[in-house]
Amino acid sequence: MLLKVENLKVEFYTYRGVVHALNGVNFHLDKGEILGLAGETGSGKSVTSLAIQKLLPPNAKIISGKILFDGIDLVELNEDEMRKIRGKRIATIFQDPHTYLNPVFRIEKQFIDVLLAHDPDIKKVELKKEREKLARAKAIEMLKMVSMPAPERILKMFPHELSGGMKQRVLLALAFSLNPDLIIADEATTALDVTIQSQILDIMEKLRRGKNVSILFITHDLGLIAENCQRIAIMYGGRVVEFGDVKKVLTNPLHPYTQGLINALLRIDKDIKPVSIPGTVPDLVNLPLGCPFYSRCAYALDECNKSFPEPVIVDGVRVNCHLFARK
Amino acid sequence: MEVQNLTKHFPILGGILQRTVGYVYAVNGVNFSINKGETCGLVGESGSGKTTVGKLIVKLLEPTKGKIFFEKNDVTNLKGSDLKLYRRSVQMVFQDPYASLNPRMTVKDMLVEVMRSHKIYEGSEYEYAIKLLERVGMSEEHLYRYPHELSGGQRQRVVIARALCLDPKFIVLDEPTASLDVSVQAQILDLLKELQEKYNYSYLLITHNLAVVKYISKKIIVMYRGIVVEKAETNDLFKEPQHPYTISLLSAIPVPDPTLVRKKIILKGEPPDPIEPIKACPFQDRCPYVMAICKEKSPPEIDLGKGHIVKCWLKA
Ligand SMILES: Nc1ncnc2c1ncn2[C@@H]1O[C@H](COP(=O)(O)OP(=O)(O)OP(=O)(O)O)[C@@H](O)[C@H]1O
Ligand SMILES: Nc1ncnc2c1ncn2[C@@H]1O[C@H](COP(=O)(O)OP(=O)(O)OP(=O)(O)O)[C@@H](O)[C@H]1O
Ligand code: SF4
Ligand SMILES: [Mg+2]
Ligand SMILES: [Mg+2]
Repeated sequence: MLLKVENLKVEFYTYRGVVHALNGVNFHLDKGEILGLAGETGSGKSVTSLAIQKLLPPNAKIISGKILFDGIDLVELNEDEMRKIRGKRIATIFQDPHTYLNPVFRIEKQFIDVLLAHDPDIKKVELKKEREKLARAKAIEMLKMVSMPAPERILKMFPHELSGGMKQRVLLALAFSLNPDLIIADEATTALDVTIQSQILDIMEKLRRGKNVSILFITHDLGLIAENCQRIAIMYGGRVVEFGDVKKVLTNPLHPYTQGLINALLRIDKDIKPVSIPGTVPDLVNLPLGCPFYSRCAYALDECNKSFPEPVIVDGVRVNCHLFARK
Repeated sequence: MEVQNLTKHFPILGGILQRTVGYVYAVNGVNFSINKGETCGLVGESGSGKTTVGKLIVKLLEPTKGKIFFEKNDVTNLKGSDLKLYRRSVQMVFQDPYASLNPRMTVKDMLVEVMRSHKIYEGSEYEYAIKLLERVGMSEEHLYRYPHELSGGQRQRVVIARALCLDPKFIVLDEPTASLDVSVQAQILDLLKELQEKYNYSYLLITHNLAVVKYISKKIIVMYRGIVVEKAETNDLFKEPQHPYTISLLSAIPVPDPTLVRKKIILKGEPPDPIEPIKACPFQDRCPYVMAICKEKSPPEIDLGKGHIVKCWLKA
């Protein structure tokens, strides 16, 4: 097992009060596995990925839980220790390429700086000129790998001169170039057309098989998860509410939220009208005591409003729902 | 909205004198028209010029060539107060919701800023702001939040609310649901449909998600390298795609059914460099059916009837 997140709780302190963003997140990821992470907007997927990297903003705090990465609890590490892991062993493609790419520098500088700082092969070369030459060559090679047209020219451009999908490919190339053990891809292919998207997923699959890389693949596209992941985790209200084999979860969803999600899919392959889930997400400042899905759930029982359901394993799939606890 | 021969070439500056040393051929002679109350989908490979077309329409960019007509008036060269008026009627929801929200302004400030700059609203700004948020499925609770305190999907809804603020007639939607979960996506698309029925909005919907186009849009345009390679009614295009690029695009759509095994057509070769001027067919280097003529002459636009148009030598 490469990554195990245990009962992770994160709070944000705001003028409105305490935002309970993560309320006990549990999941794990094996070496050489691609895990799909899906769920409601605002359910805490990006916060989970930031917590793993220890990149939460100053007004946030991990209040309990463990993030075991290759046996080390990242929660306990200080910033210096974390810096050795971040980027090098854990690489992230952030949901928002904008906050990551500096608008005032050309792509070349940003790419090469990262390689100079982290790439062991490049770091050990003595001459600065040689190092930069190597870094540039590697940057071009990596950009080619993610199907970027004319990499040499792209390096000379500023972020605002690139299309949305080009920016995303720059970040993908950066993440792949450092040979990490874990890649966190937060909506990393949403700005790409489906043909380039499937090329990127081919690359990920190759890294998984060839180099045993693990990937936490955060996306709203259940189709992508169905085709590329082994397991899936579904988040709602700051918790993973269903976790298991992709085939099982998508063909026979247990949690009412997962069912709702699948009914809301727009289908290319079938003529089914999507049905969105009625109601709204719970306010994370006034988090309900019971199941966060209670107010929107068609099957809710009395106890659902009283306590959060304990996990139950049904045919190898873990689900947090009172409907199954009862049986 | 109608565009004729719409073209945008970005100059590339080089050398110490920053002279033009070449061009990015982003958009190359695009023609289409969208009727009132209609939705038209615009799809294509990444970097094919879709966002640029959107920016040209809302006049954030000047076209190199070509004309834009809105309600039968030529708006290509609008200036001053006419331009301001035009910008009220024609809005754009940008691809990147993070970049288009000011991190130092609350949701309310952002909405009020737009109301004030166009002096459109006489009554209570506070109430109008809430009304706009409710239209996109949010509430008073979110009024005083800063962008970083919202999830990706909530931000996108704020961006849509802001576009609705001026009661536009035509909206360019650039990936409006890319950051939303499928349930919210369905809500937003239903909302866009409902707003369209109520207020007769017209949309140009730019997206990579072909399921979204299929759901909301009657017409669809497929672009490759800044050229429209196929145009059709959405249903016809899904049933019988004609251009080799469209066929590969449709085959690559991920389907959320793990029991289904499909054959994807993987394109060989590199995506094109938009700095090369286009010679003959833009798809020739990657097309599985390429013939000698495809490399010599630009393919003609073939009309297959019912507005289904394809630009390919195979159909000539
Ligand atoms: N800096 C912050 N201050 C206060 N609240 C925050 C902050 N960042 C995130 N949140 C809140 O934490 C919750 C989880 O947000 P997160 O960004 O992880 O959602 P997500 O699952 O990634 O959603 P999406 O699919 O829309 O990207 C949201 O309710 C959000 O409003
Ligand atoms: N300001 C600019 N200066 C120079 N080149 C630009 C500029 N804006 C866009 N381009 C180039 O124009 C081409 C088309 O970009 P555009 O953003 O329109 O693509 P797109 O179809 O929206 O792609 P995506 O699906 O990835 O968002 C790209 O090659 C891009 O690099
Ligand atoms: S014109 Fe030729 S190269 Fe272009 S798409 Fe048609 S068959 Fe392929
Ligand atoms: Mg997110
Ligand atoms: Mg774009």
